[in-house]
Amino acid sequence: MTASATHSAIETVWRLESPKVIAGLTRLVRDLGAAEDLAHDALVAALEQWPTEGIPRNPGAWLMATAKHRAIDLLRRQARLDRKHEELARDLETGMPSGLSDVEAAMDDDIGDDLLRLMFTACHPVLPTDARVALTLRLLGGLTTEEIARAFVVAEPTIAQRIVRAKRTLSKAQVPFEVPRGPERDARLSSVLEVIYLVFNEGYSATAGDDWVRPALCDDALRLGRVLAERAPEEPEVHGLVALMELQASRLRARIGPNGEPVRLLEQNRARWDQLLIGRGLAALRRAESLPGPPGAYALQASIAACHARARTPEDADWKRIVGLYARLSEVTGSPIVKLNHAVAVAMADGPEAGLAIVDTLTSEPSLERYHYLPSVRGDLLEKLGRLADAQVEFERAAALTKNARERELLMTRARACMFPSG
Amino acid sequence: MRFMVMVKATKESEAGVMPSEYLLAEMGQYNEELVKAGVLLAAEGLHPSSKGVRVRFSSKDRTVIDGPFTETKELVAGFWLMQVRSKEEVIEWVRRCPNPFDGESEIEIRQVFDAEDFGDALTPELRAQEERLREQAQSRNAGR
Repeated sequence: MTASATHSAIETVWRLESPKVIAGLTRLVRDLGAAEDLAHDALVAALEQWPTEGIPRNPGAWLMATAKHRAIDLLRRQARLDRKHEELARDLETGMPSGLSDVEAAMDDDIGDDLLRLMFTACHPVLPTDARVALTLRLLGGLTTEEIARAFVVAEPTIAQRIVRAKRTLSKAQVPFEVPRGPERDARLSSVLEVIYLVFNEGYSATAGDDWVRPALCDDALRLGRVLAERAPEEPEVHGLVALMELQASRLRARIGPNGEPVRLLEQNRARWDQLLIGRGLAALRRAESLPGPPGAYALQASIAACHARARTPEDADWKRIVGLYARLSEVTGSPIVKLNHAVAVAMADGPEAGLAIVDTLTSEPSLERYHYLPSVRGDLLEKLGRLADAQVEFERAAALTKNARERELLMTRARACMFPSG
Repeated sequence: MRFMVMVKATKESEAGVMPSEYLLAEMGQYNEELVKAGVLLAAEGLHPSSKGVRVRFSSKDRTVIDGPFTETKELVAGFWLMQVRSKEEVIEWVRRCPNPFDGESEIEIRQVFDAEDFGDALTPELRAQEERLREQAQSRNAGR
């Protein structure tokens, strides 16, 4: 292997192994920032040794063992300062397996839970949402600060600072490194799911920048969701979220037109939907439904997506069922955005007039005041009812509100079409 | 990005020799790791080419040829479909795979085309076809 090939191989190993290594170390040293530094020291050691000695057979165990040795050194140094660290150092040393294979076994034992702990910690409610997202992508997704910055169209130092501050906050708040139990668990799990879905959505319909979608970000979110589903298989909403993401991702290819413009669901070429992902999504939905309890918000959204996925044409979709699912989702979430989608489904099931009646109850909703989808939907229904002048005003309003360049173009095109109907 | 990871056939696989219990367990564990890491989309094993068929095209003619086929090393015995972030990552995963057979064997990694890979190769005719399909969909919606 050439030097640069070895280098990129090490980088790849790092991406794959760093979440597990950082998770394992955090349990040992009880501080996320310190754990990340130690893990990074191990990476530096790998960069020094592997090019000459070759990549070890189990690189993850090698990184973990190296980092553990450094953790012991660190704790010993701190032990001079206080008794608690002395105990930790002794525990660690006596519990330190002798050979690499022992380390492997020790890692396999607890590693699943450690990853789960790391997810819950990175998504802790003590952190602002944007910090949860950045920390999750960095620690669990293995993304670099630069990659996160590019994905969210934010300056790199901003992300770096966000991560530093987040680690400091977690340390100061002495957030325990654990999977929460009891009543706290549900709220904390929702935060983890929310962060993953936020990442997915930023990839699925980018809120900033020139690209309409960023498929790589969807892939990252999907991977995090699949990892979570393996670690917490008893949680129906985890499978609900995975189902939702797989089903939505199945349409990614069809959502982009030949010139990079967005294509709406009902106008997509269904032959381009990814049947493999649809199959995976439906399987995840079945898993969610097989677990006890009423369906949660993600499972309901996945059921709606499944109605579309199963239909060969938009007309084939079971619109009555979709309307019912949206009504339940609206009850569960109380979200005006869901109600807006409910209106769209009603328009499909019972005609644009019925849909418009619901949309009109939402126009004074303060939380939707700057939401471009509201005038966009209203414009669409008005257009179908032949009220072109009104529709044009709505499309223009929507275009002014959206931050996505591609979507703005589409909305302006639709506004112009209202002015000059071709027939 | 997605990769098709193909296990090449061997004399044993072509003879229909089933993998040992030990190998099955090793493979099972490997597959589980792939699932846990969220990279495995699909995985299948294929029957020997003696149960396979080829359809050969020559202008307008089609000839059906029954297996087995002789060029063993060019045949595929099984495959994974993996979703990873880079070619280096899929190579690292394949490096960790247990040897699928006793002795010599080979695994081939091929990237699956994404829509964006076509880029300019999406000819104006294909674009027009796309547009047409979309217009049909639009007029269908308008007619409701």
